[in-house]
Amino acid sequence: MQDFAEAFRLAFGLVLSGDAYLIEIVMLSLRVSLSAVAISCLVALPVGAALAIGRFPGRGALVALLNALMGLPPVVVGLLVYLMLSNAGPMGWLQLLYTPSAMIIAQSVLITPIVAALARQVIEDLNDEYAEQFRSLCVPAGTAIGALLWDARYSLLTVALAGFGRAIAEVGAVIIVGGNIAHLTRVMTTAIALETSKGDLALALALGIVLITIAITVTAAVMSLRSTAARFAYG
Amino acid sequence: MAEAAAIGSGAGVDERRCTPLLPLKARALVLEADGKRLIDGLDLTLTDNAMTTLMGPNGAGKSLLLRLLHGLIAPTSGEVAWNGVRPSEAVRRRQAMVFQDPVLLRRSVAANVEFVLKLDGRNEPRRCAEILQSVELAAHADQPARLLSGGEKQRLALARALARAPEVLFLDEPTASLDPASTALIEAAAKRARDDGTKVVFVTHDIGQARRLGGEVVFMHKGRVCEQRPAKAFFNKPVSREARDYLAGRLVL
Repeated sequence: MQDFAEAFRLAFGLVLSGDAYLIEIVMLSLRVSLSAVAISCLVALPVGAALAIGRFPGRGALVALLNALMGLPPVVVGLLVYLMLSNAGPMGWLQLLYTPSAMIIAQSVLITPIVAALARQVIEDLNDEYAEQFRSLCVPAGTAIGALLWDARYSLLTVALAGFGRAIAEVGAVIIVGGNIAHLTRVMTTAIALETSKGDLALALALGIVLITIAITVTAAVMSLRSTAARFAYG
Repeated sequence: MAEAAAIGSGAGVDERRCTPLLPLKARALVLEADGKRLIDGLDLTLTDNAMTTLMGPNGAGKSLLLRLLHGLIAPTSGEVAWNGVRPSEAVRRRQAMVFQDPVLLRRSVAANVEFVLKLDGRNEPRRCAEILQSVELAAHADQPARLLSGGEKQRLALARALARAPEVLFLDEPTASLDPASTALIEAAAKRARDDGTKVVFVTHDIGQARRLGGEVVFMHKGRVCEQRPAKAFFNKPVSREARDYLAGRLVL
């Protein structure tokens, strides 16, 4: 209990004092995770939409695979990205290992299946509604995908939110490819792991509180946007 | 034989846009699902641009027939030919259909119409405004489509269909749950489309409406056409027992 009380006191102290170290860690965490979400959305939303409206042999297996990949262990993703980016790996020449870019790549790989699988479900539901009308109007597949993505945009925000939640909270992948280097690749989750291993539970808990606060704030912002959209009947 | 040779995949229809879609000939049309025969050897010919009102009891196969003619579903056997051409995407682009339950895009009223105009490469703001005006929705142009009332939604679905400038317009019970004012607006728009040269196929259960629409009546029962006659003659003296029972308000067996 004392740890919790100390953690809250420390967390508020750190936040209110505008602690430079904390801000640096929070900003890097947000930069890495938001970049990963943006990249994964660029890839996963069209893939999810194509899977939602496409009918081709092997589609069922592909959907099952995508759903299975939602449970990718972060450490395995971290290891694979590490192997790709290490000097001996095929992308070693990029010299990205132990940089925020490597962390963005790892998180993008981790959350792309999540965003794609959830987007497929959202868009498939909407396509069930639109399909006959689109067929009647002879809407080309590309236009249909664009229309479905646009019309489902507020539901897809929730999908992106799920990806963000996974990215900001994961530690296994970023610690392998980022190395948890102070002032360079240290994010909230790796900092929490480090402080816990050092025995500084109060600081670790304080960082955890900040992390949860950020997650709640982002979720609340997205949910507010969604409910506004629903009020105007676009959702 | 010559007709059989003319029936093709529909390729090249755009090049022959000046070729009218009518006459429509459906021959020995059968549609089966789950072992049930939903359309049962149906024959139908539509030759001119007069309004065609499709009537019949629930389960007669009216909506399925529209979908077969529009090419949304394929028959189990038999043949549909639009002036010798089988239903295809090229043929469907020259037609439009309004469904009983309108499916509107999650956008504004105007954006729903613009979507079709853009598809056809004819997106002019003036054209969109004219179409919305024709169904008295101009004042709602910027409103979200899903906030419209039932009647307004159906009028928007009709406006979107008209945006295609179709040669054939299928209306599947478009006034089934509408009030008299909305019904009158839909009927007026359908008549205007007919007067502009569009072949309108209007499905309804409403006998009064069928009388008002005029033209010809196609009466269906159990997946077959029982009779196809001018509306006046049909209502004055229906020939088939099924039509007589239907018009008398008796259960059609």
